[in-house]
Amino acid sequence: MENQNFAPILILLALAGAILYLHFTNGAGATRLYLAATLAALAVLLLVPTVNISLPEWWKAYFPAPKIQLGLDLQGGTHMLLEVKLDAAVRSTVTRRADDLKRELKLNHLAFAQVSVEPSGAVLAQLKDAAERTAFQELAEKSFSEFTFAPAEAVGSGPAFELKLRPLEETRIRRGAMDQALETIRNRIDQLGVRETTVAREGENEILVQLPGIQDPERAKELIGKTAVLEFKLVDDSHNVQDALQTGPPPGDEVVYGPPRREGREPFLVESPVLMTGDSVVDARVRPGSRLEGPYVSVDLDQRGARIFDAVTADNVGRRLAIILDGTVYSAPVIKERIPGGKVSITGRFSINEAHDLAIVLRSGALPAPVEIIEERTVGPSLGRDSIHQGELSFVVGAAMVLIFMAAYYSRAGVVADAGLTLNILLLLCMMAAMQATLTLPGIAGIVLTLGMSVDANVLVNERMREELRNGRSPREAVRLGYEHAWSAIRDSNISTFVAGLILFQFGTGPVKGFAVTLCVGVLTGLFSCVVVTRAWYDYLISARKLAVLSV
Amino acid sequence: MSLQFIAPNLDLDFVGKRKFFVALSSVVNLVALFLLIFVGLNYGVDFAGGSVVQARFKGQVAPNAIRDALAPLNLKDVTVQDLGHSGREYLLRFEKVENMGSIGAQVGQALDRKLGAGAADIVRVESVGAKVGKSLRRDAFGAVIVATLFMGVFIAMRFRRVSWSFGAGAVIALVHDVLVVVGALVVSHLQFDLTTLAALLTVIGYSVHDTIIVSDRIREDAMARRRDTLASIMNRAINETLSRTILTSGTAIAVLVALLALGGPILRPSAFTLLVGFITGTYSSIYIASPVVLFWEQRVRTSALSRAA
Repeated sequence: MENQNFAPILILLALAGAILYLHFTNGAGATRLYLAATLAALAVLLLVPTVNISLPEWWKAYFPAPKIQLGLDLQGGTHMLLEVKLDAAVRSTVTRRADDLKRELKLNHLAFAQVSVEPSGAVLAQLKDAAERTAFQELAEKSFSEFTFAPAEAVGSGPAFELKLRPLEETRIRRGAMDQALETIRNRIDQLGVRETTVAREGENEILVQLPGIQDPERAKELIGKTAVLEFKLVDDSHNVQDALQTGPPPGDEVVYGPPRREGREPFLVESPVLMTGDSVVDARVRPGSRLEGPYVSVDLDQRGARIFDAVTADNVGRRLAIILDGTVYSAPVIKERIPGGKVSITGRFSINEAHDLAIVLRSGALPAPVEIIEERTVGPSLGRDSIHQGELSFVVGAAMVLIFMAAYYSRAGVVADAGLTLNILLLLCMMAAMQATLTLPGIAGIVLTLGMSVDANVLVNERMREELRNGRSPREAVRLGYEHAWSAIRDSNISTFVAGLILFQFGTGPVKGFAVTLCVGVLTGLFSCVVVTRAWYDYLISARKLAVLSV
Repeated sequence: MSLQFIAPNLDLDFVGKRKFFVALSSVVNLVALFLLIFVGLNYGVDFAGGSVVQARFKGQVAPNAIRDALAPLNLKDVTVQDLGHSGREYLLRFEKVENMGSIGAQVGQALDRKLGAGAADIVRVESVGAKVGKSLRRDAFGAVIVATLFMGVFIAMRFRRVSWSFGAGAVIALVHDVLVVVGALVVSHLQFDLTTLAALLTVIGYSVHDTIIVSDRIREDAMARRRDTLASIMNRAINETLSRTILTSGTAIAVLVALLALGGPILRPSAFTLLVGFITGTYSSIYIASPVVLFWEQRVRTSALSRAA
C-alpha cells in the first residue's frame, strides 16, 4: 500500500455525484454526457497501474492510485488456518503451578505424599500429616489463590485436597495464550521477508495466516509450527543411560533424545527440574562455526537469565548442561567454567537454513501452546498466472460476445448500452482498487452476475422503448416512458441483490465474502452506468442533436 | 437496422398449462430431494475435509504410475483425476490425511523418488480439516437459506399490492431451482466445493432477478387492467416480457455453453451449475412463481366465497 492518495478517487466520486444530481433534477443531457466522458477517462487513468504498464515517475506523482489486490487463488501463495491448542496451554500452566506447590511445601516443611495433575486438569495434593491441614490451607489461600480448593478422598493417613483452576483464571490463561501465540507467529512471519502478509485472529482459538507469492511454503510451515520451548537441564552422569532405558529413569530424572541422525537418536539422562527457559532470550544470531561443527546460534540472555546462568554454571563446573528445544537435546556441552555475561551458544550440526530458522524461533519466543494446521490452500505462482490468463480470456471473449450481440440486435441503442456496460466494467474495477478489495475467483463470479444484470437493465429499457415506439410515441416520449416503466423492475431486482450481498457478507466465510463484495459494488456501478449514464446519452441525442428517429 | 426474435403481438397460453408443469416440477423436485438425501452430493475437500494436490509433470505419466509412486506414503483412498493435458497434469485427492500440513511436500517427494527429481511440479495444495469442513458446510447452507428467505420477504413486500403470495412464489421458485441444480450435481457426480457454491449463489441471484422482472410486469398490468382475471394478466405479462427473457437468458446460456465446452475440468462444476441454474431459473419464473400466486389467490377467493355462503 505504498500509494495512499485518494484524490483521484474523490474526484471520481464527485463527478458521479454531479451526474446523479443533474439526473434527478433533469439537468442538461449534454453536460451529463460530458461529465460521464470525463469520468470514463479518469477511470481509465486510475486503472493503468493495475494492468501493469510501466509508468514514468511523473505519472505516478499525479495518479498514485492503488492497484487491485489479487486473491491467493489468482496470485499464488499460501493461506493457512491454525488451531491453537489452548487446552494444552491451560494444562501446562497448571503443571507449572503444581511444581511451584511442591517447592512451596518443601520450603514450608510440610510433608506430602503426592502432588499431581489429574486427567481432569485438577491438582491433587496428598499430605502426610493431618496436623498440617491448616498450614496447607493458609499456604493455598495465600500463594495459590487462582485455585479453588476442596477436600478430596484421601489415599493415605493425611488429608488430601483437590485444587481446581477458577473459571475466570482459565479464561485469562486462554486469552493470554492466544494473544501470545498471535504475537509470536506474527513475529516469525515478519522475519520471512514476505510482503503483505496477513496474520489475524479468527474466532475463539484460530489464527489465519496468508502469505501471498511465497516461494517455499514448507519452510514457512516449519517455522510457524515450532513450539520453540527452550529449556536448560543438567545431565545426570551419575547413572547409566542404558540402565535407565531398560528399568526406567531413577526418581527425579528423565530420558530425552537428540535429533534424528543416521545412527539413530542419542538418548540423554537428565535431571527433571528446568534450570532456565527461553523466556530469558533477548537475541539470537547465526554465527559461522568450524567446518566440523557447522554454523551455531549465539544467544544473548536478559539480566535475570544471565544471573541464573551465571549461578548454574558456577555451581556445576565439570557437569554437562543439556540444551533442549521442543523436547530434543540439541547439545549437551560440558561446563568448563563459570559463564557470566549471559552469552550461550547452541551447536548441533545444523545446516545454514536450520540454524537460521532456529535463530528466528528463539528470537520470536516460544508458542504458549502447540498449533496445528487445520486448513491449508497453496497455489503455486504458475497456476495463479494460468488462472488469471484463463479468467481474462473468458472475460474478454464473453464481454465481446455480449457487446457485439447488443450492437447487432439494437443497432444505435445497442451502442449506447455497450458504452454503459464498458463504463460499468471500468468503474467496478476502479472501486475494487480504491476499496483495496481482494479479487478472487468467486469474486469474478459476482462481477459476471452484476454485469449480466446491467446488460439486462438495458435490454429491459430497450424493449420498453420499442413498445412505446410501436404505440406511436415520439422518440422523446419513448425514451422517457421506456426508462420510467423499466425502472421498477430494475430497482427491485438490484435492491434485492444488493441486500442479499450484504447478508452474504455478514454470514459467509472467505470465498462467499469475495462474491458478496463484488456483488454489492457491481450493483451500484451497474445502476449508475447502465441507467443514469445511458439515459444522459439519450437526453443528449434528443435535446442537443434534435434526434428525429430513434433506432432501437 | 434492428433485429427482432419475438413477434410483438405474440399470445401464448403459459399459465393454462400450469397444472402439468407444477406437477412435473414437483416430481423432479422430489427426485432431486431423494437423490440429495440418499445418494448425496459429491463434496469436495472444502466441505468433506481431506486434501487435494494438483501436480504438473514434465512428460506424460500414466495414472497407475502415480498411484505406484504414492503407495509408500500409505495414504488410504487416493483418487487420481486426469486434468486433460495429455497426461501431464493430475489432481490427486486424499480422503483422510494424518499430517495435513505436509501433504504437499510428502507427495512431491514421493513423486520425485519414483519419477526422477524435478519430474513433478506441485502447483496447488488444498487441505481442509474435518472440523473446518463441517463449519464451512454449515456456513454455506446458512448463507443460502438466509439469502433465500430474505428475497422472499423482500418480494412479498414489494408486490403486496397485487398479492402477498408473490414472496411465496419467488421462494418456492428459488427452492425449486436450487433443488434442480443440486439434483443435477448429484446425478452428474461433479464436485461440490466453494467454487460450486459461488456458482449456486449466482444462480439464486439470477433466478430472483428473473422472477422480479416477470412479476414486475404482472404488477404493472394488474394496476392498468383491473377488470381482467389474474390468469389472463399473467399470460399477457409473460408474453410481453418473453422477448427480453429470450434475449437475456439466451445470451447468458450461450456464453455458459461455450464455457462448459472450453473451460476444462477445473471450471466444469461451476459452468455446469450455472448452465442448469440459468435454464431452470428462467423456467421457474414463468411456470412456478406465477402459478403459485395463481393457486394461492384461487384458494383465498374460494375460501372467502365459502365463508360468505
